[in-house]
Amino acid sequence: MPTLRFDGQAVTTQDGETVLEALLRHGLAVPHGCRSGICQSCLLKAREGHIPAPAQAGLKPALAEQDYLLACRCVPDEDMVLEIPSAGTLRTPAEIAAIEPLGGEVIRLVLTPEAALDYRPGQYVTLWRDEQLGRSYSLASLPDEGQSLEFHVRVIPGGQFSGWLAGEARPGDRLEVQEAAGSCVYTPALRDANLLLVGTGTGLAPLWGIVREALRQGHRGQIRVMHGAVECDGLYLHEALKRLAAQHDNLHYHASVLRPEGCSAVDERPLDELVVETIGDFSDWHSYLCGAPELVNQLRRRIFLAGARMDAICADAFLPTAPAKT
Amino acid sequence: MTTLYERLGGEAAIDKAVDIFYRKVLTDDRINGFFDDVDMERQANKQKAFLTMVFGGPNQYTGQDMREGHKHLVARGLDDSHVDAVIEHLGSTLKELGAADEDIAQVAGIANSVRDDVLNR
Ligand SMILES: Cc1cc2nc3c(=O)[nH]c(=O)nc-3n(C[C@H](O)[C@H](O)[C@H](O)COP(=O)(O)OP(=O)(O)OC[C@H]3O[C@@H](n4cnc5c(N)ncnc54)[C@H](O)[C@@H]3O)c2cc1C
Ligand code: FES
Repeated sequence: MPTLRFDGQAVTTQDGETVLEALLRHGLAVPHGCRSGICQSCLLKAREGHIPAPAQAGLKPALAEQDYLLACRCVPDEDMVLEIPSAGTLRTPAEIAAIEPLGGEVIRLVLTPEAALDYRPGQYVTLWRDEQLGRSYSLASLPDEGQSLEFHVRVIPGGQFSGWLAGEARPGDRLEVQEAAGSCVYTPALRDANLLLVGTGTGLAPLWGIVREALRQGHRGQIRVMHGAVECDGLYLHEALKRLAAQHDNLHYHASVLRPEGCSAVDERPLDELVVETIGDFSDWHSYLCGAPELVNQLRRRIFLAGARMDAICADAFLPTAPAKT
Repeated sequence: MTTLYERLGGEAAIDKAVDIFYRKVLTDDRINGFFDDVDMERQANKQKAFLTMVFGGPNQYTGQDMREGHKHLVARGLDDSHVDAVIEHLGSTLKELGAADEDIAQVAGIANSVRDDVLNR
């Protein structure tokens, strides 16, 4: 079995084990999150050794060329020498400009990075509180609106990141922002396509970016935004989206609430039924699905079976940080 | 002689074939239990590699990969009847794409040639 050299130690991997699993099994500190190749928290740089292709899937070409890899997706086929990327190479320091309630359990976080972040609406970044504690959040802002970055964060009581934001964090506190990742973005080639944007909870954040970017670029096809929440106050952009829909003939907004007591202008069907029944035949639709992993995966399958092309479905499941296996 | 892969239209045609084929497989209760990986993208990529191979396109599949890749499914009961169902869907996919009967027979032949590797025999 291949041996890994990391942080002055030699670690022998077990059959089929990833680099991340092997290093964690030996008690070595490696930042990580989703363990699914999405959040890019586990980025390492290979000094020596062959990098298997799956370990670089989704990385920007510039990073792949410099031998960066995702430890959670790297099953080594020969000995490797690995290191944590040196501080500052991939992360931009940023200051908290604002933390304010948006509705329900959701807060808006605004950051001012020291240097402009290169990103496209619909992408996400990992925000780091310190060397080890990072969580992914989707960008809700547009690069053209200025340098500040906006996020919609659902507060989970006791959550290491979201709980800290809601409780202790203050404007002026500093964070680090990792390079943007993710391929659920709007491209001008889609200008005449019909867009279906479905989000649960804060899954609306990237869609808020995408819908505004599409309109800014003069989108000509239909756009349907469908937002699902547990209670009315979770529809944290209800008024803003209604206003936007009133201003654009090709934009329609639908809201689905699980417990609709006292809500106005919402659909009582569960989000997945609403989506499937409203669209019917998905063969002309380009879909973006964001938020709770179960719903995203289930909808993706239903939409595909209802006629959507595989490459016309873009899904971002907000996977929680996986606890260490012991 | 051109391969079926080229005649169908290369990689773009494969993408279309994967969509049709995968949809058939997912709705077939005889076999969809073997394809219920939540990671649809990874599944689709595997099917793309498989279709590329049976259509005679550029691929790096070896018998060994076929064995390794299906070991866990054989442990879950994968047998000849499931391979038959897959070959049936391959055929109807090709028909929808307008392939000739000889081509369909040839693809079934290639798929059959890896049957023992797939079933780890
Ligand atoms: C690509 C991507 C994009 C994301 N974008 C966003 C975004 O825009 N907005 C946003 O709010 N979040 C987003 N997330 C989720 C986010 O990264 C964190 O997982 C989340 O904020 C919880 O982190 P925490 O440190 O507060 O909680 P943790 O300390 O990690 O967890 C605290 C406890 O809560 C549990 N828990 C974690 N997540 C959930 C959940 N969803 N529901 C119930 N219990 C949970 C954990 O199992 C744990 O027991 C995204 C995730 C990914 C992978
Ligand atoms: S990408 Fe490896 S832990 Fe998320």
